[in-house]
Amino acid sequence: MTPRLELRGISKSYPGVLANDDISLSVLPGEIHAVLGENGAGKSTLMKIIYGATPADAGQIYCDGKAVPEHGPAVSRELGIEMVYQHFALFESITVVENIALSMPGKMDLKGLALRIREVSERYGLPIDPDRLVLSLSVGERQRVEIVRCLLRQPKLLILDEPTSVLTPQAVRKLFETLRQLSDEGCSILYISHKLDEVRELCHSATVLRGGKVTGETDPRQATSAELARMMVGKDLPEMMVEPSELSHMPLLSVNNLNLAPETVTGTSLKAVSLEVFGGEIVGIAGVSGNGQGELAAAISGEKITSAAEDIVLEGRPIGHLNAGRRRDLGLGFVPEERLGRGAVPPYELSENALLTAHRLGMVKHGMANRRKARDFAADVIEKYNVKASGPSAKAHGLSGGNLQKFIMGREIELSPKVLLVSQPTWGVDVGAAAYVRQTLIDLSRSGQAVIVISEELEELFEICDRLYVICNGELTPSLNRADTNVEEVGLLMTGTGSKPAAPDVQTESVRYAV
Amino acid sequence: MDLFISMFAATIIAATPLIFAALGELVVEKSGVLNLGIEGMMLVGAAFGVWAHFAGLPMIVALAAAVLAGAAASLLFGVLALTFMTNQYAAGLALAIFGTGVSAFIGRGFGSTPVDAIQPIHLPGLSDIPVIGAMFFQYDPLVYFSFVMFGAVSWFLYRTKAGLALRAIGESPDSAHAIGFEVIKIRYLAVMFGGAMAGLGGAYLSLVYTPLWVENMTAGRGWIALALVVFAAWRPKRVILGAWLFGGMTILQLQGQAIGLKVPSELLSALPYLATIAVLVLISRNRQAMALDFPVSLAQPFRPKG
Repeated sequence: MTPRLELRGISKSYPGVLANDDISLSVLPGEIHAVLGENGAGKSTLMKIIYGATPADAGQIYCDGKAVPEHGPAVSRELGIEMVYQHFALFESITVVENIALSMPGKMDLKGLALRIREVSERYGLPIDPDRLVLSLSVGERQRVEIVRCLLRQPKLLILDEPTSVLTPQAVRKLFETLRQLSDEGCSILYISHKLDEVRELCHSATVLRGGKVTGETDPRQATSAELARMMVGKDLPEMMVEPSELSHMPLLSVNNLNLAPETVTGTSLKAVSLEVFGGEIVGIAGVSGNGQGELAAAISGEKITSAAEDIVLEGRPIGHLNAGRRRDLGLGFVPEERLGRGAVPPYELSENALLTAHRLGMVKHGMANRRKARDFAADVIEKYNVKASGPSAKAHGLSGGNLQKFIMGREIELSPKVLLVSQPTWGVDVGAAAYVRQTLIDLSRSGQAVIVISEELEELFEICDRLYVICNGELTPSLNRADTNVEEVGLLMTGTGSKPAAPDVQTESVRYAV
Repeated sequence: MDLFISMFAATIIAATPLIFAALGELVVEKSGVLNLGIEGMMLVGAAFGVWAHFAGLPMIVALAAAVLAGAAASLLFGVLALTFMTNQYAAGLALAIFGTGVSAFIGRGFGSTPVDAIQPIHLPGLSDIPVIGAMFFQYDPLVYFSFVMFGAVSWFLYRTKAGLALRAIGESPDSAHAIGFEVIKIRYLAVMFGGAMAGLGGAYLSLVYTPLWVENMTAGRGWIALALVVFAAWRPKRVILGAWLFGGMTILQLQGQAIGLKVPSELLSALPYLATIAVLVLISRNRQAMALDFPVSLAQPFRPKG
């Protein structure tokens, strides 16, 4: 059979990086082909080359056996190559059908197009209402719009870039059904992912990338996750060490019936959120992105100050009225999800970034910064937390995501916070560094501190958390013990359709944890 | 009653230059560009209209000259803001000042020479209806044309694919670029439309309303038009309502004493701006409306990626 798409010796370099090094792969008609790799392995560059958004430096692309000489997005569309981006290119202020009309050639016929959208969405089990405004759609629904937009062009090859990172487990299953149906109809699919389980469940073949090179080609249905991980990372991953925890008698942090209006137009309001975290445990907040996680993190950290002091209590002391700096003084550490720009100042040196929060360790006297102390502190963090950086004078934006995350986590932990709030600890962090970050969080909690992790990666939460809350549309479920729940149940709660666990009596809950 | 009718008609006429300029600016802002230079473009239009008129050209050609002059002035802003990606606030303010200077230069020599103004047209039958005729059917053609433009702008923005694309660009130029729209080109066209409309609004002042050339004759109407777009919360229909309201304030200022109004005229001239601030506060609380009509990318330079 002639491959639908064949790459031969594709190379692409950016200043200082060889993003793709002599990559060859082929995808048969109707095949679901995975491109596996860590962040920075060269997946995104390769996809851009295939789609024609970026020219390759060397190598050829063949489509149905014919060489593609001059490539570009327009050529891709002619060849029937469509791409669903990880970050959607949808306009919020207009309707679904208007969005799709914008990317269709020729005259605009909204009525006819709406009919075709309904047809396609029914046929592939992707329910969407063409007349709804995009701003009222959930992330999962927006993805469906993107997929339907591609399907309307009857593609021969569909590229999906990390499509499940925004979906609940149930939505992932539905997406897989749609993709299998497409594959049965002869459409080839390139599935970019770093999630091994999904690739093993869905894909017929896999090409593994590491450092811009192909490090393996395999049938993922036959391979084990460990084998795939070894091809991706180049070594075996460390086993997570989780010791049983010993809890403090009183919660170190509690949020009591917190209500908060959203900051932005598309934000979510928090509705009567209550939670408790004890010393010695990791508590996870699960949820599909955009359900109030950002607002909750801002409220707890003090970036957004709530109206009543008693809304948030740290070690028995109301702190709801205090700003972020005062809360840090009292021992509430915060690692935000955006490392560049919020966790660290990109063009500043690591020592200067250390100063931003670690000035509490006596680095500032009479308003003057002691740069030597800051440098020593940064050097300590770099060594202790395995940060790969040239030294304390390295600029923050020069570090990889994983290394900067390790540095920021280290900086916060060295301040010995009583409570550490971490948002998306392993976003854009490579597998090796992610394992390190998770282990660090576990160790921190086992030394008696309280840790709250807000994450969209369920596997991560199940790996490290002792208890879980699920946030959906600004509401928090009562807490679930990790040992008594499973991905299914949490997934249902994430969509707001699951039956909420009965709220346990707060008194007895405290007692149970104190024991 | 007669006073009411004459004040009503005067309000409609006073609102006309505002409607032209604000409808133009609305289209510009809907594409995500903020051109603060309306005052300058109106003055340039007013001056070139008078210049063409005294050069002996027919009125329709004088109007066309004003439109072209306004568009050309806006092109200056366009090159700075869109091609060189300078700060749009600075480029717009520069245009406002530049336009004032250029218009004064062009208008030298025509100062205070009365213009043969465009006259109201008499619509047989309609204009003669008592009261109604005086209120609705005794205007010059440009007043009617301003309503045609309102219809055209509304139809374009909300019924055509090009208008949809324009609004999409105003929300997210990056996404629009990714689907293949030529963001810069479309923004240039929007900016030039805004300039043309401001030029027409200026010419209305010098060829119909005043009708003669006086330096700085727009007297802040360009700034009012700018405020009007915000006041209208980026909806064409509210531009018309706002223009009447703001136009009415101008008339009240002029005739306040005649009708025995005790409010100082300075306060009246500040009212449009106060009203705009009040509306800004109100709409920023209404998130849904904000999300639907506000061009999110307003005043942010666009650099195409890749």
